[in-house]
Amino acid sequence: MHMADALLSPAVGGTMWAVSTGTIAYCSKKVTDELDERKVPLMGVLGAFLFAAQMINFSIPGTGSSGHLGGGLLLAILLGPHAAFLTIASVLLVQALFFADGGLLALGCNLFNLGFFPAFIAYPLIYRKIAGQRPGQMRLSVAAIVAATVGLQLGAFGVVVETVSSGISSLPFSTFVLFMQPIHLAIGIVEGVVTAAIVSFVHRARPELISAARPTATPGQQSLRKLLLAFLVGAMLTGGLFSWFASKDPDGLEWAIAQVSGEAELKGPEQGMHAALAALQDRIAILPDYAFRKNEAQIQDNGGSDGNGDAYPESRLGSSVSGIVGGLLALLLAFLIGFLLKKRVRRMPRAGGLP
Amino acid sequence: MASIEGRAANFRLLDQLARADTAIHRLDARAKVVVTLTFIVVVASFDRYTVAALLPFFIFPVVLAALGKLPTAYVARNVAVAIPFALAIGLFNPLFDQRVLFELGSIPISAGWISCASIVVRAVLTLSAALILIGVTGFPAVCEALERLGMPKVLAMQMQFLYRYLFVLIEDARRSARALELRSCGRLPRLPTVASLIGLLLLRTWQRADRIHMAMLARAYRGDFHSRKAGNFGSSEVAFVAGWMALFALLRVYDASQLLGALVERALP
Repeated sequence: MHMADALLSPAVGGTMWAVSTGTIAYCSKKVTDELDERKVPLMGVLGAFLFAAQMINFSIPGTGSSGHLGGGLLLAILLGPHAAFLTIASVLLVQALFFADGGLLALGCNLFNLGFFPAFIAYPLIYRKIAGQRPGQMRLSVAAIVAATVGLQLGAFGVVVETVSSGISSLPFSTFVLFMQPIHLAIGIVEGVVTAAIVSFVHRARPELISAARPTATPGQQSLRKLLLAFLVGAMLTGGLFSWFASKDPDGLEWAIAQVSGEAELKGPEQGMHAALAALQDRIAILPDYAFRKNEAQIQDNGGSDGNGDAYPESRLGSSVSGIVGGLLALLLAFLIGFLLKKRVRRMPRAGGLP
Repeated sequence: MASIEGRAANFRLLDQLARADTAIHRLDARAKVVVTLTFIVVVASFDRYTVAALLPFFIFPVVLAALGKLPTAYVARNVAVAIPFALAIGLFNPLFDQRVLFELGSIPISAGWISCASIVVRAVLTLSAALILIGVTGFPAVCEALERLGMPKVLAMQMQFLYRYLFVLIEDARRSARALELRSCGRLPRLPTVASLIGLLLLRTWQRADRIHMAMLARAYRGDFHSRKAGNFGSSEVAFVAGWMALFALLRVYDASQLLGALVERALP
């Protein structure tokens, strides 16, 4: 579910960073303005709690597999959207740094997929609408399940859009969507059931905790308007992003169709390759020029596919072989340098260092 | 559920490694954060069929880990654990991208395999860079650096809190989970049981947060953490940042692998 650095282009990663940093700035301001100084320690401790809770696995009925809590929606219910978003941000940063979940460039994407959707879409627009003011057991469960499912579906779709528009993976849009959405439908339902169970447990034990979070979410008419404004901006941003991607999507879909239909006739490699090449050429032409596109291999690649060329020029083969040799050498050199440095560092004992 | 123990121990070890005192550890955290972020962006900026040109970039994590005295096996193990997701997506590339790029001897190598290899190399580079950053800097210092680089104060404080109570709460959850495990006779516990267990954990956590806040107020907490190491951006930081940036720029513009390979080919006619 976490987006990974390895699948991301700087353009997409940077855009999502900008979107997420903007949301963080907005949420920080909101939380600071609330002047509930108890909230910051509470947020920190609940973030740590989420970590701990995520480590407890349970069996998913009827499947024999195990799952754990995601927690975005739970935090939104307990803390309200702004504080929840910040808490999720900190949890994701810790995951990226300590557990190599996702990565630093992908942080913006992950924050958007796993933070923005649950806190600003699923919680206020779905959970609260269904649950209302004094939800009964049934109503609360339905609200949590629907909200968690929608949140995760949006998140999974975000992963797909980010991956496909980065263009590092060759997975076509349609295949990836058909792969991700059903899985996350199941995950979403489980997440909803767990969230509902935890919320109703807490509600029974200490009802004031759940209701205490309420007023801060909608303190009055004015802040509701601000919230709506924020959503509007968010919607426009996402709309802008999606339409930017959408200009490419038909192509990706066509390409996917060409691929899927091409797979049936794998024995005629000429045709399959031709289709793939044509599609690849389309993709290269339509992808916006990234700032760093100038390296030689890329230019050759463009030139090669320009003429529907079926064979690659001799020089390409030559450059590939020397590339492999040189790459391995460089790798070897890097590790050799590391090894020598390590030896040197060991030889110079320093007070206070680890043994 | 043994993995809880494993993860917690792992976490603690990384935290301990960050407390060592080497030249790299002593650098201002901002320098390391900036260089690591640049490194990741530069690595991600290569196009999807790049493998060879990425390999020279291993110099950065390797040198940092060596100077920071991080155990190689530890870094390798942690990165290996995190690779599967990228690999799972990457393995689709050979299926969807079967164009033959070149032939190695008589084996045709398709573009899909090249881009899959590229994804794996990227994953190893970026994941190890992030892990090494925390291993040679420490989480509180990274937070402080981020705050000084413009992250909102509320978020920075919140992260400090998170970090401080993480170990306590993991320990708490671990105890509860073990007690549950001992009572469930080798089966995975059912969902309702776990939900009420987590609910209890949540209630305890909440009370703990209240107590913490009271205790902090009693000790004149005004919304600031005071840390000992202020750190300043001196000449060694400037040299560190400038040096790595220059190297990244060079490696980005010139394909060092290609040059090395050409050199070797010329030497061995």
